[in-house]
Order: sequence, then C-alpha cells, then structure tokens
Amino acid sequence: MIPFTYTRAHDAAEAIRLGADAATKYLGGGTNLVDLMREGAERPGALVDVTGLPGAIEESQDGSLRIGAAVRNTAVAEHRAVRARYPMLARAILAGASAQIRNMATVGGNILQRTRCAYFYDGTVRCNKRTPGAGCDAIDGFNRMHAILGASAYCVATHPSDMCVALAALDALVELEGPGGRRTIPLTDLHRLPGDRPDLDTVLGPGELITAVVLPPLPWAQRSTYRKVRDRASYAFALVSVAAALDLAEDGTVRDVRLALGGVAHKPWRAERAEQMLRGRPAGTESFRAAADAELAGAAPLRDNAFKPELARRLITAVLGELMGDAA
Amino acid sequence: MTDLQKTPEQTATRWTPDGGRDPLAGRHGAIGTSLPRIDGPLKVRGEAQFAAEVPADRLAYAALVTSTIARGAIATLDTAAAEAAPGVVLVMTHRNAPRMAPPAVIMTDPRAAGASSLPIMQDASIHWNGEPVAVVVAETQEQADHAASLVRVTYREEPASLSFERAIAVGRHPDTVLGEPAVIETGDAETALRNAPHRIDRVYRTPRHSHSAIEPHAVTVWWEGGDLVLHDATQMLHMTRYTIAGVFGMDEERIRIHSPYVGGGFGSKGPWSHHFLAIAAAKLAGRPVRLALSRGDVFRVIGGRTTTEQRVALGARDDGTLAALVHTGTAAMTTHNNCPEQFTFPARHLYAADTIRVEQRVADIDMVANTFMRAPGESVGTFALECAIDEMAGELGLDPIEFRRRIEPETDPTSGRPFSSRQLLKAYADGAERFGWSRRAAAPGAVRDGDWLVGMGVATATYPYYRMPGGRVRITLGRDGRAVVAVAAHEMGMGTATVHTQVVADRLGLSVDRVDFQHGDTALPAFTMAGGSSQTATLAAAAHEATLALLEELLRLAGNDSPLAGLTVDEVEARDGGLGHRGSRERFESYASILGRAGREEVGAEGESPMPTETQSFSMHSYGAQFCEVRVHAVTGEIRVSRFLGSFDCGRILNPRTAASQFRGGIIMGLGLALTEETQFDERNGRIMNPSLAEYHVPVHMDVPEIDVIFTDIPDPRAPLGARGIGEIGITGVGAAVANAVHNATGRRIRELPITLDKLL
Ligand SMILES: Cc1cc2nc3c(=O)[nH]c(=O)nc-3n(C[C@H](O)[C@H](O)[C@H](O)COP(=O)(O)OP(=O)(O)OC[C@H]3O[C@@H](n4cnc5c(N)ncnc54)[C@H](O)[C@@H]3O)c2cc1C
Repeated sequence: MIPFTYTRAHDAAEAIRLGADAATKYLGGGTNLVDLMREGAERPGALVDVTGLPGAIEESQDGSLRIGAAVRNTAVAEHRAVRARYPMLARAILAGASAQIRNMATVGGNILQRTRCAYFYDGTVRCNKRTPGAGCDAIDGFNRMHAILGASAYCVATHPSDMCVALAALDALVELEGPGGRRTIPLTDLHRLPGDRPDLDTVLGPGELITAVVLPPLPWAQRSTYRKVRDRASYAFALVSVAAALDLAEDGTVRDVRLALGGVAHKPWRAERAEQMLRGRPAGTESFRAAADAELAGAAPLRDNAFKPELARRLITAVLGELMGDAA
Repeated sequence: MTDLQKTPEQTATRWTPDGGRDPLAGRHGAIGTSLPRIDGPLKVRGEAQFAAEVPADRLAYAALVTSTIARGAIATLDTAAAEAAPGVVLVMTHRNAPRMAPPAVIMTDPRAAGASSLPIMQDASIHWNGEPVAVVVAETQEQADHAASLVRVTYREEPASLSFERAIAVGRHPDTVLGEPAVIETGDAETALRNAPHRIDRVYRTPRHSHSAIEPHAVTVWWEGGDLVLHDATQMLHMTRYTIAGVFGMDEERIRIHSPYVGGGFGSKGPWSHHFLAIAAAKLAGRPVRLALSRGDVFRVIGGRTTTEQRVALGARDDGTLAALVHTGTAAMTTHNNCPEQFTFPARHLYAADTIRVEQRVADIDMVANTFMRAPGESVGTFALECAIDEMAGELGLDPIEFRRRIEPETDPTSGRPFSSRQLLKAYADGAERFGWSRRAAAPGAVRDGDWLVGMGVATATYPYYRMPGGRVRITLGRDGRAVVAVAAHEMGMGTATVHTQVVADRLGLSVDRVDFQHGDTALPAFTMAGGSSQTATLAAAAHEATLALLEELLRLAGNDSPLAGLTVDEVEARDGGLGHRGSRERFESYASILGRAGREEVGAEGESPMPTETQSFSMHSYGAQFCEVRVHAVTGEIRVSRFLGSFDCGRILNPRTAASQFRGGIIMGLGLALTEETQFDERNGRIMNPSLAEYHVPVHMDVPEIDVIFTDIPDPRAPLGARGIGEIGITGVGAAVANAVHNATGRRIRELPITLDKLL
C-alpha cells in the first residue's frame, strides 16, 4: 500500500495547519478522492478529514444563504430554504450520482471532484491532466462525454458536477481559507479552463480550504430549474445540462436571466453571452434560440460529441420556454 | 375411457427422445406451482457462501497485472519492487510459472470448456490489451493490489488487428457456427431479391458488451498433496474440471470443484485464465490462494459479447409473402477461440421464404476472447432480423404482426423438419390482446403526449431447444420417505434447485418438502453445463431415467409379496409416497413399506441424459413476442421505455415465479442491449476504456418499467416435462422491439445499437 496518514480536523485553522503540505489532500465524503487513490490518479501522502468542520446552512438577514463546505449534498438538496428559494440547486444535486453517494458527498468535495474522462482514469494511456506534457488520448478517442466549449489542444475533459452548474448560475461565492489567509471568489472563477495546464483544475492555492459557499439573494430564482440529459434515466453523468432562472417584466421582456451549462466544458459554464443577449429582449422561443445559438457559436465538437451543440441549444430553448410558461 | 380413446399424453408412461411422451408434461402437481426459491432465505440472510468467501488456513490473496498493449511481447519485466513490498509471498510471471498446456477450447471436444487456446503465462508474447502478465500473491488483498501496481513492464509492440472495419475486409468463414454450417442457401436468394417487387436491404451494427454479473469471477484454491480443491463460481463444473486436468496434465479424479452458488453467469462463468493462474500460484506458494477479480479485471480478462455487422435483405410480394430472405454478416473474433456469435440462427428457422441465404463470417481481432453472453447470436441476430421485418411491414403497409402471420412457415424453413411445437402466432395474439396492440397508430410519429412522442413496437423472440447428452443424476430414496437428488448441476440464481425439487417430487409422488436437492460439487454425479438454456431439459431427462431405474429397483425389492407383484415399470406410477398400479387405486405400496420389507435403509439409482435425437427429427425452438412502448422526448431525444410485455411460448412452465424472473431478467438485459450498453474498445490500442459499472451502463431501476410476462404454457410433446428451457430467450427480440417502437414513435429508424439519444436528435 502507498502509505498515507489520516487525521481529522475540528476547525478550519487546524485543517489548514495540517493541510499546508503539498502532498496533503483534504478529505470530504471520499466518494471521488478515494476512488482516484485506488486508481492511482491521486497519491496524497496525508489526508485531512474535513467532514467534521463546523458549518451548517445559515440564512442571513440580507437574504443570502451560507452553506458550510462539510454539509452533505443530501442535506443541501433537502433544505427548506434551498428548495423554496433556489429550486435549481436542489434539482441539480438530486440529478447527480445516487442517494447513497449524495449522503456521503460534501459541498466542498462536490465542487472539487475531478473529471470522469476515461483517459484520465486509466493510467496506461496518455493524459496531460494526470501527467503534464504526456499528451491527450481523449482528443481522438472516446469523447462522447467531453467538452465542446473552452477546451484546448491539451485537454478536452469536462467538469462532471451537476451542483456546480446551479451554483454558477446563482452567482455563488466560495469562501476560501488558506495559509495565506481568507478570500472569497465567485464560483465561476474557481474552476479553470484547461489551456496548457489541464493538471490545474482550479485556482486554489496550496493548502487552500473551501469553508463555505454563499448564495446571494435572488428572489426571482424561485422560478428556476435544472434539466439534465444523460444516457440513462438515473445514475449517469450529464451529456448536457442546463441551470436556468428567468425574471420576466410585465411587458413580456426579459428583465433578468441566469443560465449555465453542464457537460460542455472544463468548468461549469456560465452562459454570459446568452444572458446578455436576452436581457431587455422579448421572451420567446425565437430570442431563446438566438441566445443559445450565440452561446454555442464557438462550440468545437469532437469525434463522438457532435450532437452536443444542438442538444445544448435545444435544451436552453426548451428550459427557458418552460420557465416562461410557468410565469404565464 | 379405453386406452384407445385417450390422448398420447394420457397414456404416456415414459418420455423418450424418439417419441415417448412424458406423463408429467400435462399433469398438475408440484410442477406448475410458484414455489418460492428454496435458496432465497439463505441468500437474504447472507448465509450462502460464494467462492470468494470460503475461508482457508494460511489463505493468500492474488492480484493480476495485465498488459497495456494489444500485441507484441514483454521486453522487460521488473518484479523486484513488488517482491520487496510488504506482505508479498511471491510474484508469478512467465519466467517462473509452472508449465501449463493450453486449455482445450469449448466445443472442440464435448467436455472442453476453455475460452481460448492461448498458452497461459508461458512466454513473453502478448495477445490482447489486458492479458495477465503477472500474478502477485500476498498476505492480504490490499498488499497484493499494491504490489501489483509496482510491477514494471515494458513491451515490444507489434502491429495489431484492432479495426473491425479493416478486419471485416479480410474476414473468413468459421469452420462451423456451433456445429452448424456457416453458409446455408436454399435457392438463389440474391436473384429472387433483385426480382422481388418489394425490397429492403439494410446493414445493422451491434457493439461489444461486457459481462456484468453481480458476482465478479473468483476462485479460492488449494492443493492437498497431488489433489486440487477449487471453490469456484462456475456454470460448468465437470467441463471446468476436465479442462483444468488437461492444462495441468492431471487425473480428473484428483480435482474437486465446489460451486454451490453462483452470482450470475450468463455464459461467462467457465474456466478463464484466472483459474489456471490461481492454481499455478497456489502450487508455487504452497498454500491456498484466492483470486477474486476486480470489476475492472472482469472487463479485461473475461470476454463478452462481440461486435457484429449484419446485412438483412428481404424481397416480398404484394401479398406479404417472402421471395427472398438474406441474413449475412461478420462478428469480431480471435484466432484462438471459437465463438462466432450465431446471429444468423433465428433467420434459419423463423420465417417462410422461397429462397433463403444465411452466411456468417468472422473478423480476427487482437482482443480478449469473446464468449457466450445470454443468447449469444440470437440476441443481436434478432435485432437485425426483426428490425428488417418491421421495415418490410412498413414497406408493405402491413401491420407487423399480420406480416408475420403471412410468413409463418409450416415446417422449418432451412431444415425442412416438422416443428415439435410452435405457437408463435398464439404468443403474438395473446400478447397483442393484453398489451393493447390495436391502439398502436400505424403511421410513425402520430402519437404525442406533451413533449413525448409515443410509439409501440413488436419483435419475435426465439431461442433453440438444447438438451445435452451425458448429464447424470442420482436419486436416493430413504425408508423415511425422503428423496435426495444428487447432481453436479448449477444454481446461478435462476431457480434450478427449486424447480428440480418440484420435478422430482412429482416424479416420485412426494411432497416438495420430502425432496433434498444437492448440487454444485464435482463429487456428485457428473453433469453438463448450465448453458444454452439446456440445464432444465438435461436434468429432467437424466432425472427421468434415474426415476425409471429407481422404480425398477423398487419393484424388484417389492417382490412377490407386494400388491405390486407382477407389474412392470410402465404399469405403475409414483403416487402418495409409494408406487401404485396405473389402472387401480387399490394396488399400492408405500416406499417405506417396500424398503422396510426388504430390510433396506435406502435405495438409489442413477440416470443419464440420452442423446438428444429428438432434435434430429424435429425443429425444436422456443418463441416469444416482445411488445414495447417507448416515449421519445421531442426536444432531447431521450428514450424511456414506458411499458413492456413478453409473451412466451417455451413449452411447459415448471414454476411460473422463477420462470417470470428469468424472462424479466432477460428483458431487462435486453433493454441494456437496446439502449445503454457498449464496451468502449479503443481501436488505437485495443484498450477497453469503460471498465466500471459507473461508465459501462447497465439499466438502472429508472430505466426499467413494469414488465408484464405471460406464457402459452403448452407442453412440447418432444421435450422431457414438455419444457424447452427459458433462460436466454428473454433477451432476444428486445433490441428490435425497442428499435421498432422508437421508429413508430418518431419515424426514425436506428440500425446501430445502442439507441442513444444523439442518434435521434
Ligand atoms: C458512480 C458515481 C456517479 C456519480 N454521478 C454524479 C453525477 O451524476 N453528478 C455529479 O455531480 N456527481 C456525480 N458523482 C460525483 C459525486 O458528486 C462526487 O464524488 C462527490 O460530490 C464528491 O464529494 P466528496 O465529499 O465525497 O469529495 P471527496 O472525494 O472527499 O473529495 C473530492 C475532492 O475535493 C477535495 N475537498 C473536499 N472537501 C474540500 C474542502 N472543504 N476544501 C478543499 N478541498 C476539498 C478533496 O481533496 C478532493 O480533491 C458521482 C460519483 C460516483 C462515484
């Protein structure tokens, strides 16, 4: 066995003290990290269990919601305020994995779960994410699940999380604490596009810990949803997913909109271009479709995923249409 | 009623392969009742011990190191780090493995069961990506797994045949297809096709599938001097023993295999390389070794269903009869196995056509030997054939069931033999009635429910009747009125022990709680494999022979002082815990009385399944009609099977509960074949890229609707018990029923499995 140490932290300060070393990894529910250790894709020298860190789901005066990083996925999805105020988040979480995995998985772990690219998992083939500079066998291999937006010649992997797609759409903030202090960044800035360093999934510094996720108030997100398309009815990663919220003005124009895509990029993909195009425009199939077209204009499909741009366009159009229908 | 007025069933005294009817075929007793599985409570309590759970003193654990290239040779092999790792007992490679002969490949000899004839770890050569190159044995599984990761191997690569398309171009005819000719032609089908007023000519493709039984393969083995003991998960006990004996050059009698419970086999649980490697490692280690494959290992070292490319061409006349039926194609295989995926078998027996041409080819690929997987051939062959039939029905403007009525043959279309019993049209009629087939809109794309397009499809299911010669059963009757049935048969969860308890109870006129069924051990009378859906018929035939021998012996013991005096076996019947005269209620003596008077504690007899000559006189097949309703999302192409019904004609149903489970399980596996399953074989290096149940998609609960199952329950007069076997037919026709329903829902014809949503966008 590759020896590693295991310790349990009781608060953030202790975790960071224990986790400062580059060979150390924080351990959430372990549903991803332990698998990767078994596959040899992760070889930490030390695990610091952060599931015991304090932190629950707190509602603030200003209407925001603060979710501790150690809170289990199931607890988030079941939380009354989450369900009522951010239904897209509850739905996104419930669309992921299985009940057993969600019971174990933590918010921090879900955010930092790694790609499911088969060439990343299999240590006998080439992967720049696993071994920088090795090359990428996915680009010309099985890449049905892979990226169509923001990929590079070095990596075409996708970020697999459903939860993060909703978090991206909701402008969630991520609270970080590390050896260098605390900072708060938008979730959309946390994950990186692969560029020539696909081994770096995120902008986290060494030893940096996620302590919480904050959902800013967004009253009209009550009308929001998450729609995931996958290869079986349950227990499969997204081919394409859409998180969306729609705020309509009296005159039927789009006052505001939130849109993010899953299964299409190395990070949860906030569809800013589409959002921009829609604000102030009349809501309707035509404008939805035009916005979707604009968002996917730069899509670069691979051998096995040529269907994704069209699927994404249709899904965006349909989901927005559904939200518009709910408003009527 | 005199004997002359009675039906053959009523006067039947004994089943024979050449025409004698089985008296039990039509009778109601324990047979026909839904006795719950007798192994159920044990399994629910976790008390059934599987091969990877058997304890042993000083047990060591093994892990495999497998190759990462498809063809070539090991250049360097460094085991030093592994050997130095904590807990490691030894590392076995081709350098120190004991000499082993190549396994005898299944069907090259009636008792052989090897999946491949490749030598096992005898030299540096590599034949597929995933071939074992080292076995690490350690004190714990974790230590073995870790040390296995420390073995360093480099390779000299040689060009490999990995592209199916290129291999098809240089394909070949297999010597035979399960003993049948690779090519059959009746008349000039291509000319008839060209001249037919209605033609369709299509190519269908099916991918590789990997075995995903809930129990991964495992053996726990040890040597006792020159004797070998294996705890195995096998569906072919004696064939495995024979094959192992051949590999190690030993006397079969010195090998004992226990396999009381098998967590699903589906064709995969025979002797694969892990058997030989574990035995060899136990020999080197001088202690018991367990080799339990990881799920990933199962994908790499156990073969599955191979990929096929099939052409089906039909030429029809205006009246809906067929002038030509052509079914040809190629399956990927290797040069060292013998499993050509008999996808043309259904076309040989299903429909009447003036001319028929079937042809099977194989394309040699450097891959793990493909193998049998639930209805090998028939599963994917019915996908192609039954889609084509549906396409032609559309072409002719006929309801697909009506079209099948018009091409229903009187005798077997290629062999010319009479059918022993064929109720396919009744299966269709019963199924159509219950499923509400008449509500199907003939025009595709006509029914919509919100965003969902709704369609119905139907397809024929079919699977041959097989009965294996040579399987033996011993029945022992005690003075306490209990019977013990002993046979090296296999209980893989399908209900064998339960059903044959019922069968023997009826044969001997006992209640089921007076029959004990012993199985799963080579020390019991030698038996054939649980394959080809043959175990029930084979066991029934052997137990029937054993019963006759037992009755003979009982009559002898009864002697002249018995009310049975002077009667022959054919004049008596077993009833109420004893023997009685068929003609009269009074002439009866209980077993206890016979044995008591004879001063015997017990009496036993053996019987053997005779040559299956019934299949030489008759075309014997099971049939079914698979009905499917799907909903296809108009925006996303997502496919949901919303209703399914299987209507089967498999002869007598011995236990409706276990039978329905077999049919349902087959249908669920068929839904996987239709919609989700595909082993991703990377043609650049022969690597399987989705070796886990997270990425290899078998259906999950939400993919499976309520499945309705009905059966004709009409006994086949030529089969023992009237029963033809039910284990595999459930998966056949499902792929086509789904594809046909998808076509009915959307107007889109998908000819390549799995039918994933991108194909419908
Ligand atoms: C079979 C299967 C199917 C799945 N299907 C889906 C799916 O459909 N959709 C989906 O979204 N997900 C799916 N998942 C993934 C699942 O959501 C993740 O495994 C889970 O969310 C990870 O959470 P965890 O707490 O177990 O993380 P861990 O495995 O414990 O950790 C994951 C990573 O996060 C890091 N980490 C954990 N907590 C912190 C912290 N507080 N600060 C900094 N770093 C931290 C760890 O070091 C590690 O790198 C699936 C998983 C499996 C096994």
